[in-house]
Amino acid sequence: MGQYLILAPVLLSFLILIIPERIRHSYVLILTLFIGILTSIPAVRLIFEPGTEKYILQGPFGQIDLLIDGLSGFFILVTNFTMLTGVLYSRGYLKIYEKKKNQAQFALHYFSFTWLHLSMLGVLMLRDGLSFLIAWELMAVSSFMLILFEAEKRATLKTAVNYLIQMHVGLVILVIAFLFCEATTGQMSFDVLQDYFLRNHNTGLFLLFFAGFAVKAGFIPFHTWLPEAHPAAPTHVSAVMSGVMIKMGIYGIIRVITYLQADFFLIGWIILVFSAISGLLGVMLAIVQHDMKKLLAYHSIENIGIIGMGIGLGTMGLGLHNPLLTLLGFTGGLLHVLNHSLFKSLLFYSTGTVYKVYHTRNIEQLGGVIHKLPHTAFLYLTGAIAICGIPPLNGFISEFLIYSGLIKGLSLGSAYQAITVILAIISLVLIGGLAIFCFTKVFGMVFLGTPRAKFEIPESGSNSGMLFPQYLIAMLIIIIGLFPMLFLRPLITFVSYQFHLTTVHELVPISGIFLKISMLSVILILLVFVVYMIHRFLILKRRVIYGPTWGCGYTAGSARQQYTGTSYADSFAELAHPVLQSKDEYNAIGEKDIFPLPRSFSRHPNDVFRFGLNKLLDFNMLILKKLARLQTGNIQHYILYAFIFILIIFTLLYLKIL
Amino acid sequence: MTVLFLSILTSVFFPGMIIRVKSLLSGRKGPGILQPWKNIWILLRKGSVISTTTSFISRIAPVIYLSTVLCAILLLPFPGIASFFGFDADFVFFAYLIALGKFLFILNALDTGSSFEGMGANREALYSLLAEPAFFILFGTLALLTGNTSMQGIFTNLQFDGASTYIIIIIAIYLLVQIAMIENSRMPVDDPKTHLELTMIHEVMILDHSGFDLALIQIGTTLKFAMYGILIANCTIPVDIGFGWQFLLFVGIQIGFAVLIGIMESFRARKKLAKNPQFIVTLSSIALIAFVLALLITFKMIP
Repeated sequence: MGQYLILAPVLLSFLILIIPERIRHSYVLILTLFIGILTSIPAVRLIFEPGTEKYILQGPFGQIDLLIDGLSGFFILVTNFTMLTGVLYSRGYLKIYEKKKNQAQFALHYFSFTWLHLSMLGVLMLRDGLSFLIAWELMAVSSFMLILFEAEKRATLKTAVNYLIQMHVGLVILVIAFLFCEATTGQMSFDVLQDYFLRNHNTGLFLLFFAGFAVKAGFIPFHTWLPEAHPAAPTHVSAVMSGVMIKMGIYGIIRVITYLQADFFLIGWIILVFSAISGLLGVMLAIVQHDMKKLLAYHSIENIGIIGMGIGLGTMGLGLHNPLLTLLGFTGGLLHVLNHSLFKSLLFYSTGTVYKVYHTRNIEQLGGVIHKLPHTAFLYLTGAIAICGIPPLNGFISEFLIYSGLIKGLSLGSAYQAITVILAIISLVLIGGLAIFCFTKVFGMVFLGTPRAKFEIPESGSNSGMLFPQYLIAMLIIIIGLFPMLFLRPLITFVSYQFHLTTVHELVPISGIFLKISMLSVILILLVFVVYMIHRFLILKRRVIYGPTWGCGYTAGSARQQYTGTSYADSFAELAHPVLQSKDEYNAIGEKDIFPLPRSFSRHPNDVFRFGLNKLLDFNMLILKKLARLQTGNIQHYILYAFIFILIIFTLLYLKIL
Repeated sequence: MTVLFLSILTSVFFPGMIIRVKSLLSGRKGPGILQPWKNIWILLRKGSVISTTTSFISRIAPVIYLSTVLCAILLLPFPGIASFFGFDADFVFFAYLIALGKFLFILNALDTGSSFEGMGANREALYSLLAEPAFFILFGTLALLTGNTSMQGIFTNLQFDGASTYIIIIIAIYLLVQIAMIENSRMPVDDPKTHLELTMIHEVMILDHSGFDLALIQIGTTLKFAMYGILIANCTIPVDIGFGWQFLLFVGIQIGFAVLIGIMESFRARKKLAKNPQFIVTLSSIALIAFVLALLITFKMIP
């Protein structure tokens, strides 16, 4: 790639701001495609033939190296695909805002969207500390702009500012981590980390990096921005944020792991514990949500947990010198990165379509959407089955890799390790079961049954433009599910290159296993098809009567008597109350209420960590308020402060403390 | 194929036997052993009543439910006979196949928009969620004990040497029986004979199904029983005694299993619905005890 080819996207992106409205979307689409193709070509090459490619950018402040290897190549491909579907989807979705927003706002939105893409690619390709942090910051700012799209809503504004602040907390931790590295090695870059880790303690610096990246990735307890920011942003933005942007945190963690020299087992163990907790709490909190998008946001936390479990397992494998464990862990984790970006963006897009038509995302009010939007329902179901990790779709493949790694890990080490691993297996099983609980709730309540509130649905416009990218994703989900080896083979190649594993003999059982899984999945589909055909054939010949749902003899039931999301989740919410701390609001029946009046019941999900964070902030505010007494507005006082300051400095110098 | 044949054979006689045992114990003569299948045959030839609230989910869900159970049976080994599809960690695939069927089955219930079916769906989802860890811990324990991860390897290497292994096998059989009862919505958690929709689990989820669809679900449920029967047989039948003896032993075990369920359901009261989660979680803790035992046996605790 030449200098100008690298700079071209950056310069071309500014044209978005001035280009006429008519061709703006097409221009953005072409630009995204251009950027995508430009970066995907080396990415694909490097995944299949592991190595590192270097592109040099001669800038006014010196030379910037863009490095692509298998790891960044993989993330580049995931990013490009999701950004492309995002742009495709945005055209139809942004129509809701056509009357509310002016053209400048749309232009700024697309500009930020493109810059989010560029900055993520920058994060993936830059290894030098300073330029990496600048790209990292650009990513935060451009996504902040995207969340701000509906800034006229006060809640959105607040959420966006909250997001920006939390991102900067993460940034500060990363800066500190890099500074540590600079203080010892004299350089601030990923590449000198190897040197650092050779000479110093590994765990401490890794944990700093981990904390910094975990804020972005949304590991519990660093996740509090995530469930607020995703629902506030427009749907295609939430899809991209959840699908790829939070994965940049995962990328960072894996990148640092590749430089580690010691303490693998301990670090793997720490990641595994954090991930298991994130996975479990994420899905538990998801179940009690009422907002479809907020629910998906909590599922992002859950899936980050699953990805983290894979990475933790792989790192433990490095410590145990067990190549199979390393391979299974990292391949499972990385494949889950791809899988999650696919099904999560699909779920967000189909949620967006529901929102576009019904103007609400409240699970308690929706119902029977399947009759209005059958395509969207089908797509949501595909995403839901995939996210629950159920065969024959893609989520199962990555979870299966992690499972088999964990099961292999059971008999390898000491008793303590076996107990850790069995606890990890239990959490993965519970995560799977809870995800099924959660998505049967969402799909059952939103898409099935009948609407629980009255909706005025405009008949205008088809959503076919929005359906295309979704079907594209659904196709990939099915292909990965049915023919996993197509995707696993290159992944295995570059993972084993990255971690110096000898693969040839290890590859054989894996491909054998997945061949059998593919065969069984195909058999399952054929069986379903055959039985369904028999069913159809017989139904044609039989007498079929259509009637209302059986109400156990009661015929005057209304749609409001249906099970709601809250009632479906109730049995679980009660069991998990100690953790979830949901708040119920209702007026209890008093002793003197002879004639019952209309009553209401509502349950408000609560995030304990959010609560904890608020407590911390309140404390902080209290101290600041006390300190504010110093700000008297009296010039004499300020001079006194300066005088005291100088005095202290002098005394310290005199005492040779400074 | 042997396993498929054996499970179909079991499923033909199994439900009838349970009903027979229960009738005999309550002092009645009871229907013939093949009566459940006669009912299914009648259903297969009937027309259907379909709720207007339902969608394509209700059409495909029973089909998928049956198909997943059949597919899961293909994975099972039989002592001495390798399953064609067996692979490392295949019990994960097995459990998740069942989960696919369950997922669609739950949606199928919610599709009708009836609050009764919502209750059933919710309970089914919760109970299977709570029962799942027990199954995985059990297989994790067996994997640890035998050093194998495929069901074939696990059961072949589950040697009958020493009292300590016996204990684990007994725990395994106990857990499998209990999980089978929960998964098939039988006595301690659900009563197939209850007449009040509010207290049903499995029965209430199929209220709106009739004719062919109902028959598919019932076939699926009987096959599911046979599936667990084969798992139990795998724990107990020795590998090297020849297929004839194995078959006889298998038949004996299945009859024993049916009689056991019949007796248990006759003399056991159903648990209060609110107590069910507690009961199910207990299974996981029993499985954990087995796991710790396995750690002791494999000398991991005391190196």
